[in-house]
Amino acid sequence: MAGAIARDPNSFHKQASLPVSNAYDPTAELVRHGDELKATLSGQWTAARSEAVEHEAAALEDAARGAHRVLIDLARIERLDTLGAWVLDRTRHELGGRSQRADFVGAKPEHRILLDEIAYRGFQQLPPPRRSSIIDFLAQVGESVVDAGKDVVRGTSFLGEVVVALLRVIIDPRRFRVASIVHHLEMVGFRGVPIIALISFLVGCIVAQQGIFQLQRFGASTFVVNLVGILTLRELAVLLTSIMVAGRSGSAFTAEIGSMKMREEVDALRVMGLDPVEVLVLPRMIAIVVALPLLTFIAAMAALFGGGLVAWAYGGITPEVYLSRLQQTISQSPSTFMVGLIKAPFMALVIGVIASLEGLAVQGSAESLGRQVTASVVKAIFMVIVVDGLFAMFFAAINY
Amino acid sequence: MAETSHSATPTRRPTPQDVNDREVVIRVRGLEVGFGTKTIMKDLDLDVYRGEILGFVGASGTGKSVLTRAILGLVPKRTGTIEVFGEDLDALSPQSRKAIEQRWGVLFQQGALFSSLTVKQNVQVPMREYLSISERLLDELAMLKIEMVGLKPDAADKFPSDLSGGMIKRASLARALALDPEIVFLDEPTSGLDPIGAGEFDDLISTLQQTLGLTVFMVTHDLDSLHSVCDRIAALAEGKIIASGPIDTMLASNHPWLRAYFHGKRARAALA
Repeated sequence: MAGAIARDPNSFHKQASLPVSNAYDPTAELVRHGDELKATLSGQWTAARSEAVEHEAAALEDAARGAHRVLIDLARIERLDTLGAWVLDRTRHELGGRSQRADFVGAKPEHRILLDEIAYRGFQQLPPPRRSSIIDFLAQVGESVVDAGKDVVRGTSFLGEVVVALLRVIIDPRRFRVASIVHHLEMVGFRGVPIIALISFLVGCIVAQQGIFQLQRFGASTFVVNLVGILTLRELAVLLTSIMVAGRSGSAFTAEIGSMKMREEVDALRVMGLDPVEVLVLPRMIAIVVALPLLTFIAAMAALFGGGLVAWAYGGITPEVYLSRLQQTISQSPSTFMVGLIKAPFMALVIGVIASLEGLAVQGSAESLGRQVTASVVKAIFMVIVVDGLFAMFFAAINY
Repeated sequence: MAETSHSATPTRRPTPQDVNDREVVIRVRGLEVGFGTKTIMKDLDLDVYRGEILGFVGASGTGKSVLTRAILGLVPKRTGTIEVFGEDLDALSPQSRKAIEQRWGVLFQQGALFSSLTVKQNVQVPMREYLSISERLLDELAMLKIEMVGLKPDAADKFPSDLSGGMIKRASLARALALDPEIVFLDEPTSGLDPIGAGEFDDLISTLQQTLGLTVFMVTHDLDSLHSVCDRIAALAEGKIIASGPIDTMLASNHPWLRAYFHGKRARAALA
């Protein structure tokens, strides 16, 4: 196949992202004499015309099949950048690998510098690790089970650290950080009242409305008072409060401690001889353990109030009847009120331990902080529900 | 590399001093930038010539980064014109502006590597966006840039969080160079690097500038960089360019801040 191989420079530049005129397109004019191929290159061999550059180079390589010697004339290239130089040098190199001789001729000095600097070499590709999706899946399941087990162990030992810190503070009350505890009490307890009261009120309304709606069919709509009273006091108030506190304050604890960890403030405390658990964790734990039962009580009252309102407006149960039935219900099983409140400090401990641990697990980056805050909230809410289930079993077993 | 008929010896590119009619690639005229009631710079003029390394100095808080960001279009300006490659950035259609943006690369102070991507993927982000090339060439070019900035190949598959400060700067430079830009903006490229690393980075910038014919706009506090790689220095104070020229001009200036900057104890040590 001797002679010039005609080539339409316009045919392969349709999807180029730049509005470039085709006059600058890279072209390779190929002339074959016997087993020698001469390629005269022109145009701009740059990233802006990357598609055409690759196409032309591939065409040149194809045309060189069977030629023993290939001369690549660079004299008419207008512009060359690393992309062009790489593709050209790769082409030359690959022709050389096919026991052909390929050489550049006529390169401008600046292009020559670039070609020398680029100097094609293969990059060793690391083989992608062999993977089987089933084994991966099983490994991940195993990993998360082991992680969950480790979390339990870490949580328990951390709770021990907190208790030790508490004992130290009790022995030496000067180390009691009153200001910090009051601050956290305000943040967790006082500032949490409006939102917790509001959602409990709404949930109380909804439970009463649904109760009346369903019980009407049996003509037993007055039993809605028993439903709202027992459900709220035993379960709803403490669960709603714990979940809200885990989302509101647990995440704040993790973020605060985590950002201190991230900026080495925790290490600074440690080198000053201060125990981060005592300085950072203990005040928060005390605050949350005190605040959560109080919030639970407020939540219960708000829910009962909401239930009463709906019972009055929707079920026609007057407040006097509501209150007397409520009193009757609760005095039938006096434990109802305590069951909810007993759980609250334990929920607080679970939330506090998880939030503080996740905060201290933050590494040096902002992504890590975000990851730990998410993990803290998810784990805390999950554990709150697990603990609630354990308590349900426990109270059922002791008939409380 | 085989060379047959033509024996070109690698020569240094002509430095800007050799060329009389230098092409201006960035021309800033009458620029005013401010936030709220605070005016950071007023009536600021600046020229950057093709192929030079311009070192940009100024005390902390004088607005060096703000000027860089104003040129890049990240900070709105009140008045004034900014021309890049002879085109007024305000008068450009979004498409032509995009074309200009492909002709510059930026190395941010903290690197600004995308944290969810590996170094190689970071370098490939602009390539995938703007080039239509084969996956093989994409990989090879990314590896080429990574090697050009002096990173080991095994750094390619690491995430930014696994890199040291110097490696982050290098990886970020590789990304800035991904599209073979004509201008590179470097925001304090050597800050946070140890002196050896900083020196290597200076050499790297100077090598790249010579081989790729880059124009480099470098905000820096590093006196060694100013001495060793910058062709020209511009100093910003009181919201204006108070002096610009080669290091000798700076040394000869009588402006109190420049005297303090270039004749301080640290500066003398760097000069020696």
